[in-house]
Amino acid sequence: MSILVNKNTKVICQGFTGKQGTFHSEQAIAYGTKMVGGVTPGKGGQTHLGLPVFNTVRDAVHVTGASATVIYVPAPFAADSILEAAAAGIKVIVCITEGIPVRDMRKVKAALHQYSGVALIGPNCPGIITPGECKIGIMPGAIHRPGAIGIISRSGTLTYEAVYQTTQEELGQSTCIGIGGDPIQGLNFVDCLRLFEADPATRGIVMVGEIGGQAEEDAAAYIRNHVTKPVVAYIAGVTAPQGKRMGHAGAVISAGRGTAGEKYRALEAAGAHTVRSPADIGARMREALE
Amino acid sequence: MNLHEYQAKALLAEYGVPVPAGKPAFSVNEALEVADELGGDNWVVKAQIHGGGRGKAGGVKKVIGRDALEKAAGGLLGTRLVTHQTGPAGQPVHRLLVEHPSVVMRELYLACLVDRVLERIVFIASSAGGMDIEEIAAKHPEKIMKAVADPVAGLQAYQCREIGFALGLKDKQVTALARLMLSIHHLFCSRDLSLVEINPLAIGADGELTALDAKIQVDDNALYRQKALEEWCDPSQDDPKEHMAREFGLSYIALDGNIGCMVNGAGLAMATMDLIKLHGGMPANFLDVGGGTTADKVAEAFKLILSDKNVKAILVNIFGGIVRCDLIAEGIIKAVQEVGIEIPVVVRLEGTNVDKGRALLKSSGLKITAADSLTNAAKLVVAAVRK
Repeated sequence: MSILVNKNTKVICQGFTGKQGTFHSEQAIAYGTKMVGGVTPGKGGQTHLGLPVFNTVRDAVHVTGASATVIYVPAPFAADSILEAAAAGIKVIVCITEGIPVRDMRKVKAALHQYSGVALIGPNCPGIITPGECKIGIMPGAIHRPGAIGIISRSGTLTYEAVYQTTQEELGQSTCIGIGGDPIQGLNFVDCLRLFEADPATRGIVMVGEIGGQAEEDAAAYIRNHVTKPVVAYIAGVTAPQGKRMGHAGAVISAGRGTAGEKYRALEAAGAHTVRSPADIGARMREALE
Repeated sequence: MNLHEYQAKALLAEYGVPVPAGKPAFSVNEALEVADELGGDNWVVKAQIHGGGRGKAGGVKKVIGRDALEKAAGGLLGTRLVTHQTGPAGQPVHRLLVEHPSVVMRELYLACLVDRVLERIVFIASSAGGMDIEEIAAKHPEKIMKAVADPVAGLQAYQCREIGFALGLKDKQVTALARLMLSIHHLFCSRDLSLVEINPLAIGADGELTALDAKIQVDDNALYRQKALEEWCDPSQDDPKEHMAREFGLSYIALDGNIGCMVNGAGLAMATMDLIKLHGGMPANFLDVGGGTTADKVAEAFKLILSDKNVKAILVNIFGGIVRCDLIAEGIIKAVQEVGIEIPVVVRLEGTNVDKGRALLKSSGLKITAADSLTNAAKLVVAAVRK
């Protein structure tokens, strides 16, 4: 078992024939993801990487029955792509694109409310992977192992650290989700915690947070009341200065709020197993499961 | 991206928000010209820097007469103003705003920003103007009012009236506040802003509302479609190294420590800083070299780190995902040779082809230590600095 995607998930790629779309679709196909086609407006009817190209997501869904999409289109056009996917009936929308204006994401989130059962992952994220079954995004497939740990992270390379360590500890991963580093995003920690708590294959959950916003505090409140599985949490940015954006658009301590210290305190009070070093994530999860 | 006060006020005025009569000046002569144009014998001279807290730091001067103006302008231009927000180095004053003085009966606070949890634009208002919003929130939380704009219908006039009456404003003032808030909402949306803060919003002798000070931030992600605002960027207000980094597509933030960091990914870069601190060292910077780590990019990153003379050792932490570790190792070796690095460099590589990568580093004959784990890397670099 897993959450959101598995070996039967049919996936299309928006921005399929571009450089990013081509490279990462090749990687996904090699991993075994059930890629069924792609969308590039104006190139409908062509074949790319041995798969059909469509002009619209609606056409692609109609012909292939795809239920998931991955978006690699440039930031100015990404909001449009997300809404096109939702309107065409896609249920899992993974947006890798970085640098989408906040105004566009506000509109997207407001408009997505009219579609039920749609999960938006990202933007500005590595994507989602169910090891051994389905890789949607830019993460290196080789470091993953099918297993029992659900991973949720706001950061790309830090997700890989958590994955790598749980693989080294021979725990493996049920599903890993990069929820992205933007201030306005699709699935958040609470959404993913709910899914992992309900997934019988997931025995423990790793949460990688960072400074900025209050998503970790909200997660802490949810963990306290609803999560029975062990949660190991790491928060990046203890040494980050106030008011500076640390790479990610959403990683900024503003007016003294959103510090790593506050987030650690909230998670500890909720009973999560916190680690102060990212190197301890795997070992701590092993302990928590014993 | 931050705007200067005079730029923010020009933008507000463009959208119909009342601001004091005034103009920017880049020299003492220009300041005198602006004063003559404004007329009268009383002016306010305000240093234009991005940091707040200028009043208490001596960056705002009320003057009477041309001689006093000349003296005030001359005393501010070319200096660095240090406020509680700028850090000890302060920010350079290259521009002034010369304004008509305003008669202020009452000061209010008004701000417009995006609430991350609600994912909507919110207005925050308070009757305790002139104070920092953090201070109001701490001392008078009951004085803070909030209005949330509907993402489709937008901000409504009734929401503004509710705030106006709660602030104790009278009929015409309530209408004026509503007009002002609706204008700001329009400005916020159409110019892709992330913050508009008017503090204080002054009530004058005749009951009129004026934006006495204004702070505006623009969403960096939207600058591609806000060219006019992008041109208002003033790099002199940033750390020069941060500015240089942006030119190379690197994300860099200077800190106070002595261990330089080069990392791929923003989250891992923050985690690396934390790890150095955890093991008793102090990071000198945040530096994200991004996904496609090339030799050129690594070389630029090394130069950037070395331009900070406090740096005594460098920790390179790369998780090679799609990019193979042996290629990254080659890039690091080439960059170290090219830049000519004399201080210890500790490299932690993980990911695809890691063994090949580490072997390359070891056989390079350079002053590079290959660490086999995150913790080990942090310990090695902290030890290298202590030597």
